[in-house]
Amino acid sequence: MTTVLTRGTVTIDVEGCKGCELCIPACPPRVLTMSAEVNGLGFRYPQLHAGCTGCRACLDMCPDFVFEVYKYDTPVELEVEQ
Amino acid sequence: MTAERSIVPTGSPPASAHRVAELTPDLLLTEEHQMCPGCGEPLALRVLLDTLSQLGVAQRTVAVMGIGCYTSFSGTMDLDLVQALHGRAPSVATGVKRMLPDRVVFTMQGDGDMVNEGLQEVVHTAARGESVTAVLLNNGVFGETGGHMTATSVIGQRTKNTLEGRDAEYHGHPIRIGDLLATLDGSAYVARGSVHNAGAVARTKRMVRRAFESQLRGEGFSFVEILTMCPTGWFVPTAEGPGYMDDTLGQVHTMGELKARPGGGPSDHASGALAPEARPGGGPSDHASGALAPEARPGGGPEGGVGR
Amino acid sequence: MTRRLMEGSEAMAEAAVASGCRFFAGYPMTPFTELLEHLARRLPEVGGVCINAESELEAVGMAWGALATGARAATGSTGQGLSLMQESFSEITLAELPLVVFNMARGQSDYFQATRGGGHGDYRHIVLAPMDIAEAVELTQLAFHLADRWRNPVLVYGDYLLAHTAEAVDVSPMTFAPLPPKDWAVDGSLGGTSRSRTVSSLGVGKVNRPGGGIPAHFEAVVPKQAAITAEEVRVETGFLDDAQHVVVAFGTPAKFVRYVVGQLRAEGVHVGFVRPISLWPFPYEAVAAAAEGVRSVMVFEINGGQMVDDVRIGVQGKAPVVSIGGISTDGSGFGVGPLLDVEVIRGRVEAVVSGQEVPA
Ligand code: SF4
Ligand code: SF4
Repeated sequence: MTTVLTRGTVTIDVEGCKGCELCIPACPPRVLTMSAEVNGLGFRYPQLHAGCTGCRACLDMCPDFVFEVYKYDTPVELEVEQ
Repeated sequence: MTAERSIVPTGSPPASAHRVAELTPDLLLTEEHQMCPGCGEPLALRVLLDTLSQLGVAQRTVAVMGIGCYTSFSGTMDLDLVQALHGRAPSVATGVKRMLPDRVVFTMQGDGDMVNEGLQEVVHTAARGESVTAVLLNNGVFGETGGHMTATSVIGQRTKNTLEGRDAEYHGHPIRIGDLLATLDGSAYVARGSVHNAGAVARTKRMVRRAFESQLRGEGFSFVEILTMCPTGWFVPTAEGPGYMDDTLGQVHTMGELKARPGGGPSDHASGALAPEARPGGGPSDHASGALAPEARPGGGPEGGVGR
Repeated sequence: MTRRLMEGSEAMAEAAVASGCRFFAGYPMTPFTELLEHLARRLPEVGGVCINAESELEAVGMAWGALATGARAATGSTGQGLSLMQESFSEITLAELPLVVFNMARGQSDYFQATRGGGHGDYRHIVLAPMDIAEAVELTQLAFHLADRWRNPVLVYGDYLLAHTAEAVDVSPMTFAPLPPKDWAVDGSLGGTSRSRTVSSLGVGKVNRPGGGIPAHFEAVVPKQAAITAEEVRVETGFLDDAQHVVVAFGTPAKFVRYVVGQLRAEGVHVGFVRPISLWPFPYEAVAAAAEGVRSVMVFEINGGQMVDDVRIGVQGKAPVVSIGGISTDGSGFGVGPLLDVEVIRGRVEAVVSGQEVPA
């Protein structure tokens, strides 16, 4: 099992997402990917993977204000793969 | 990838973490809006509202709004606000500021509103050195009507009324409004930013802050032009909006600080990140001969149209 | 009470200052220019602002912003300049802002513009037409009061003669009934409190306190017109008892007409007059009453025939309506022409009274 030290995390208001994908390339460590499923509006939405730094780039680039950014009080080891 | 990447739960904040950035900008009554997917205007709105909160001026600010897609924010911005007609926001802001000289007054207009319909008003407001901050959301297209050419559309840009692309001979040349306003003695701070990536958002936020600081120091007219994505009006896939913007509008309406008063605070970012256009010592006369020089082409017209 | 000899432009500027007007923006144009000059000098003396706007479009926009803060503010021009402002007039009316507009008109050809307007939507302006400088001082002050009372623009219809002649007048502030506080105005203080305000022509508030929305707002503003019509008609009539002929006139020409009618009465001619002071709301009832049983209703106006339409509406076919005015200016096109003359007006009234053709 591979893990990565993760300093930050985000909350994603999935139902507010309009699927524009601007957050995906905005994320420096590339820990956001689009879902296969769609939300209530019919849009695919971002999912977070291990390695978020809490840099807030996704928040700054999301036109629909769906992100909230957090930093862990103590960085955590998160699994990279299932 | 050999195996599927694990998904970190994002439904609610973890217990042992502190929030570094909020979902909804302060000064916004709801995060919901009717803008299209991938629109740059909400990004610019966040920059603006966050700056006003951070400056602590929300309870002495009057917003004057133009008419465009962004007008729907009139109802969601938690600010005292006057809704102006298309093109007229700088004049309305002048009347507000003259009656309330100790308040912070800003306008929000699009390129159709400011550079087409109301060009004379913003030019004269700048020339008078009116102590207001004008924010232009420039996407080079009439987004609200569905994608028509404006005065800032670049050569080659396809719109619903320039189907083969804007042709300089037939449709004329785009106006670089920031450069134009920077030549006027009444303008104290002029900058052009964008929201096409997170770095640009951060730089634009500093510009907006410096513009308001300039107003607070009473230096004169301050102006921040923000290039924003309009994938709908550009007829490009939403995810390609930032790249398209950088390749097209961004090549003509080049980003950077165009003018700042000598006394205008720290020039670190002016000389650093914004190097090409920054004029740290740039007073009006200096600017007119200096900052515009790179773009003064003997042959006249703007080049660097749509890179397709 | 002190009287001072002032030309009309100065007197109207002083009346605006006495009313508490503290913002004015305008663009010079004959014969409005002197009003702008006087306000440019006077407003800074009382802590106000007068801006030389780059155009009439900008002037009205600036006044809009000043009004939104709760200040008393005005703009003005001639009819030509007001043509440029029509879009904003419409929207300012829908935004329910108390704008005062001075039309120092070139003659009376702006009657339609003043009473119907060239703007869009269901809007009306109260229009007050003084006949001389003393009345202009009163109506200017009334204009600011009515604008606030109804939250509706009021237009003062002046002209070249009013602007450029002088009378000894008293411009002390007049007293009017108390007005409600301007709790709708923005002062920037409520940002971030969830109680922030919006001044808008669209009837949209904030999401947490939405306005009625565009259609409902448009419907809500219109009933005010009926209330204004019921309460704000102003008219002067004279010699109507046993009159067989009536002359209707407004503004400075009405003073000439009133004099002519007085002369003819003294000579035993059964003629009376009606002088609408408010052009909107128009004194239809006074015209209707005056037309009862008369042989003619004459309309004297310095234009191609505009108010005559309203007179016909008032008369409702009860008597023949005859236009005895016409287009008449000096060589410049701005000033007073030969028609505005007691002898000429008298001749035209007598021609109708005696049953002769009206001079073309
Ligand atoms: S906070 Fe930064 S690292 Fe974390 S998901 Fe957002 S962009 Fe990526
Ligand atoms: S930027 Fe925002 S709206 Fe666009 S896909 Fe990402 S989360 Fe959804």
